[in-house]
Amino acid sequence: MTAGMLANQLEIHTPEGITFSTPLAGVPSRCAAWMVDTLVFLTAISLVSGLLGWFVTALPSVGTAIQMLVYFLLATGYNMVFEWFWRGQTPGKRLFRLRVMDVQGLRLQFGQIVIRNLLRPVDLLPAGYGIGVIAMLLNRKNQRLGDLAANTVVVRTPPVEEPDLEQVVAGKYNSFRQYPHLEARLRQRVRPDETALLIQALLRREQLEAKARVALYAEMAAHFRGHADFPEEATRGLTDEQYLRNVADSLFRRASASR
Amino acid sequence: MLIDLDRFVAEERPYWEELDQLLTRLEVDAGASLDLPGVRRLHYLYQCCASDLAKVSTFAAEPALRQRLENLVGRAYGEIHEVRGRPHRLRPLHWFRCTFPQTFRRHRRAFHVSLSAMMLGALFAALILFARPDLKPFLIPAQFGHLYSDPSERVAREESTDEDPLAGARARFSAMLMINNTRVSILTMAAGLAWGLGSLFLLFQNGLILGAVMIDYILAGESAFLFGWLLPHGAVEIPSIILAGQAGLVLGGAIIGHGDSATLRTRLRRVGPDLVTLIAGVALLLVWAGLVEAFLSQYHEPYVPYALKIAFGMTELVLLFLFLYRSGLHDEDRRAKEAP
Repeated sequence: MTAGMLANQLEIHTPEGITFSTPLAGVPSRCAAWMVDTLVFLTAISLVSGLLGWFVTALPSVGTAIQMLVYFLLATGYNMVFEWFWRGQTPGKRLFRLRVMDVQGLRLQFGQIVIRNLLRPVDLLPAGYGIGVIAMLLNRKNQRLGDLAANTVVVRTPPVEEPDLEQVVAGKYNSFRQYPHLEARLRQRVRPDETALLIQALLRREQLEAKARVALYAEMAAHFRGHADFPEEATRGLTDEQYLRNVADSLFRRASASR
Repeated sequence: MLIDLDRFVAEERPYWEELDQLLTRLEVDAGASLDLPGVRRLHYLYQCCASDLAKVSTFAAEPALRQRLENLVGRAYGEIHEVRGRPHRLRPLHWFRCTFPQTFRRHRRAFHVSLSAMMLGALFAALILFARPDLKPFLIPAQFGHLYSDPSERVAREESTDEDPLAGARARFSAMLMINNTRVSILTMAAGLAWGLGSLFLLFQNGLILGAVMIDYILAGESAFLFGWLLPHGAVEIPSIILAGQAGLVLGGAIIGHGDSATLRTRLRRVGPDLVTLIAGVALLLVWAGLVEAFLSQYHEPYVPYALKIAFGMTELVLLFLFLYRSGLHDEDRRAKEAP
């Protein structure tokens, strides 16, 4: 079991030969999440102040003692409690779709959460996460010192987006359907990243300038022609864009029909 | 290569769903455990999903399916390959009686180094003040400015006053002490990130202050007041800071990894639970120290005899060290015998 690195990605190879990867969170998104958490924390503090206010008035010494202890516990425990019960997330992290994860993809343990949060004072030095940010910039896994000691990373968990296949398929008729063996070859040869590129190119049709679109579709159509050589009668009169829509239809027809 | 995705999904989906349910059950309930057939089933389902993912990875047209399988395999991988103990149900008494002192004893060398650093600081300050009493303000930080005055004057003032110095503020003072000391302890442990040097520096610095105050009172002939004032809470508070320093040195030691062939990640993984145990134990001890300091330490003769306060402090110290060095030994021996 090893944890490798792609550009800003944490890649985990299992002993079964399976690889899965997850994108790492950078300084800006973590900073934004921290700001949201600070806001939530301050709101919680003012709520507690309001609730304990009458108590402080009635019993000044005991009331203030309880108030001070509650503040301290909130300040120290806010991140720990959320990260434990929300499996690596705080309200800020949840909003920005970040999650604390074990660096080797194992179960996040409570001890790891405690350590990464208790070592925060060092990352905060000399002011405003100075050491923490420097550590993150120097570290390939964007870990602050607390993360390094606790063996944790903060990853992004973008939502799984289902492509809107209705927009990209060829329409009523796809001349490629006459050649199921060539469609099968196409499905076999096209890689997932090429599929994603194809979908994005077709979905963003209106955002592209006409000239750029023609050039891009021509280049992409030439690329996909290399994967499966459909006979001339299937491609006669097809523009590059129609060719790409036929390819998308061939790739996705089965999947969309199964939904 | 998959030709019929519909059939593949229809055939395999029950396994994915079963694995998903099993994982959710394990993730939600920290105390959940599986019997042998359950473990076998989990492993079988994990292998099914992993092999499905391998098949789907070569099939371009379903990124969503691939992501779902990656997610399942990732979660199951975390469960199956995790060899550290699962977070078990809370057993606070057992933890305090056995786990905490056992952890202390496992790293007793770090404790001795930590103790030495503080004693060295105290000795250093004592020697300097013995030779140059005028250097007191340089050794005691401004936040303890009330200690700059002449010890005998303070003793005379506090012994003659009829007023309760903490009237109506004891609980607040106690909370403030607990919070402040816990913060110092956390920082002393965290400073261990700098290869342990940060912890050593903070321990030495605390030793300097302690040594300066002690020699100041001893030279002024106020030893009884000094020990009556410091021992009741100091007998727990000072060892707590040394324990926090011990945690810092354990962390620093794992980072240095001298004579240990394991990787940095493995070394840190190994000491992680011990750090948490030590610092949690320190926080508990500091609650007691905070209560004693506010409710007993600040009251002097003629209200509370110094002999009684010193006896109380010495008893605490002996009990604390008996607890740290002896508690949970029986449990430790039993585990050693059970181990293969």
